[in-house]
Amino acid sequence: MQPFTRHSGLVLPFDRVDVDTDQMVPKQFLKSQTKEGYGRILFYDWRYLPGEKPNPDFILNEPRYQGASILLTRRNFGCGSSREHAAWAVADYGFRAVIGPSFADIFFKNCAMNGILAITLPEEQVDELFRRAQSTPGYQVHVDLPNQTIRDDKDLELKFEIDDFRKQALLKGLDEIGLTLEHDSDISAYERAHHPEPTQQSPVDFSYPVAS
Amino acid sequence: MPPRTLYDKIWDHHVVTEEPGKPCLLYIDRHYIHEGTSPQAFAGLKSAGRRVRRPDLTFAVMDHSVSTRNRDLPVLDADARGQFEALARNCRETGVHLFDMHSRNQGIVHIIGPELGLTQPGFTIVCGDSHTSTNGAFGSLAFGIGTSAVEHVLATQCLREYRSKPMRIEVSGKRQRGVTAKDVILAIIGKIGIAAGVGHVLEYTGAAIRGLSMEGRMTVCNMSIEAGARAGMVAPDGTTFAYMEGRPFVPRGKDFQVAVDFWKGLATDPGAIYAKSVELDGDKIAPQVTWGTNPGMVTDITGRVPSPDSFADPGARQSVASALEYMDLKPGTAITDIPVDYVFIGSCTNSRIEDLRAASKIIAGKRVAPTVKLALAVPGSRVVKALAESEGLDKIFREAGFEWRDAGCSMCIGMNDDVLPSGLRCASTSNRNFEGRQGKGGRTHLVSPITAAAAAIAGHFVDVRQLGVELE
Repeated sequence: MQPFTRHSGLVLPFDRVDVDTDQMVPKQFLKSQTKEGYGRILFYDWRYLPGEKPNPDFILNEPRYQGASILLTRRNFGCGSSREHAAWAVADYGFRAVIGPSFADIFFKNCAMNGILAITLPEEQVDELFRRAQSTPGYQVHVDLPNQTIRDDKDLELKFEIDDFRKQALLKGLDEIGLTLEHDSDISAYERAHHPEPTQQSPVDFSYPVAS
Repeated sequence: MPPRTLYDKIWDHHVVTEEPGKPCLLYIDRHYIHEGTSPQAFAGLKSAGRRVRRPDLTFAVMDHSVSTRNRDLPVLDADARGQFEALARNCRETGVHLFDMHSRNQGIVHIIGPELGLTQPGFTIVCGDSHTSTNGAFGSLAFGIGTSAVEHVLATQCLREYRSKPMRIEVSGKRQRGVTAKDVILAIIGKIGIAAGVGHVLEYTGAAIRGLSMEGRMTVCNMSIEAGARAGMVAPDGTTFAYMEGRPFVPRGKDFQVAVDFWKGLATDPGAIYAKSVELDGDKIAPQVTWGTNPGMVTDITGRVPSPDSFADPGARQSVASALEYMDLKPGTAITDIPVDYVFIGSCTNSRIEDLRAASKIIAGKRVAPTVKLALAVPGSRVVKALAESEGLDKIFREAGFEWRDAGCSMCIGMNDDVLPSGLRCASTSNRNFEGRQGKGGRTHLVSPITAAAAAIAGHFVDVRQLGVELE
């Protein structure tokens, strides 16, 4: 996983509540077997007109936001489907951090698994960031994970909360599976105590007692 | 020990390690996988040289992209075929049991887990699919995960998770005739909103929930994610045990009694504390129809499409205006005046036997309206399909002008060729009315199976309570 320490970048203010992951990566792109190349897909149906021509009215296509690497969102961003393709698309597009008042649980976790720093801030602070990003062309912020701050080039400085486990994992780009495998003996002990194995009582696949 | 909620009990039982300031390591009893969200997980596992820790606790099925027509024909969609082949290869190499598209037990992953008895009270169950919450109907902790987490569970049979907050949704009273589990959950989402459950696990309680069959409870728990909660649950009771007895993976004889005695303890203790509680009066819930582009944009069948101006919050006003534009609806339109072009009865929300039986009562001896271009009935599993056919339901659907299909996710997500064309309006028993969900430009109205069936006959939405059909 790509580590995250400090990042400065152009802010793209995505001014819409309850954005669902079906919009981020529509279903026709869920049949691939890789994690790569989803940046082109991000917000596909909103972003492109027929023939994959950029829709000039969509924010990702506006010249002033080209090269943006910090995505500013409204509440409940990433709701709906668990598809991690949404996080892959956000990362592959070039976003390193996502800032908003709230995120859907699964999307939030998927971000963490892909080196994207998702930051939750109070609604008023997000409103202030929207005001600044929308009114100042080229608006940048500086995200500092070790110190848990967001600053801009004027007077803004915000503190954000993050749990220490996720912070360390992002800072070091840790492999969560590797960490868990260090607990192999604990897992084995649990299995010896609880016997989770299923017991199949009747055949499946070729016969089934039809219940009414 | 202080009184605990059902959620706390299941959680505590599955903690492998717990260290302050870190997420718990939680043991997973059942891991369901499907072709759509697992290939990258297996690839990651392979490239790291890791093995599947518990293939015996992992069960795979092909459901998202399968054809609901003839499965003996070659799969023409090369990408879908690639995913099927990858799943078959990954299962063969790792010893995971696969219910492939030709299996008699094939079906939507959230339908077959319970049907096979793999889903049991008190279990932790995960799948790379947000509607895994369906399994919570049995009093299990079941939730959707991303592909990285799928890989984590394959490798370790555990997940790193923080404890969620338990939230109680109490639905008191008795449902009116013609009001189904789907209407109950849509009414709940309409009341609390689509983000109320973020960070929470829902427990549904109250007489109106107790009065639901297992099929109905699965419908309710299925859409917990549409209220923002990763999981929803109902404490197991006699209805649960009766459903389970005799299923292929459920213990039998004396072992069954031992299991039932354990399951009976899976109830929230009196005095246990929930982080939040919400109450609904079950007597007052009417059949529901969504009018917008998320499941919280819903109203009674007797209602009207609202005006964006009636919402105080600027974000909501903006999203309602954009939803009405997408849905091509004008504020003030009576729901019963909205015509439908397609009808879809299916999905992990509403494709179980009870759903098909109820819908068949509405359409028996009638014909789909000539203005309806396509009416689809897609059983959730091949077991449901066989049972329905043994009862002659397929004949009722066909004679009414429905197409009777093979089992799969179908037009809920449109990953196969069951796609809602752009600009058309669908009465759908599925779970998401997001833009483009059933097909780019398609307009989805979420409803119960009987409301969908009635719309197919009338050509527009109708109040099933006024049809003069004997309803449950």
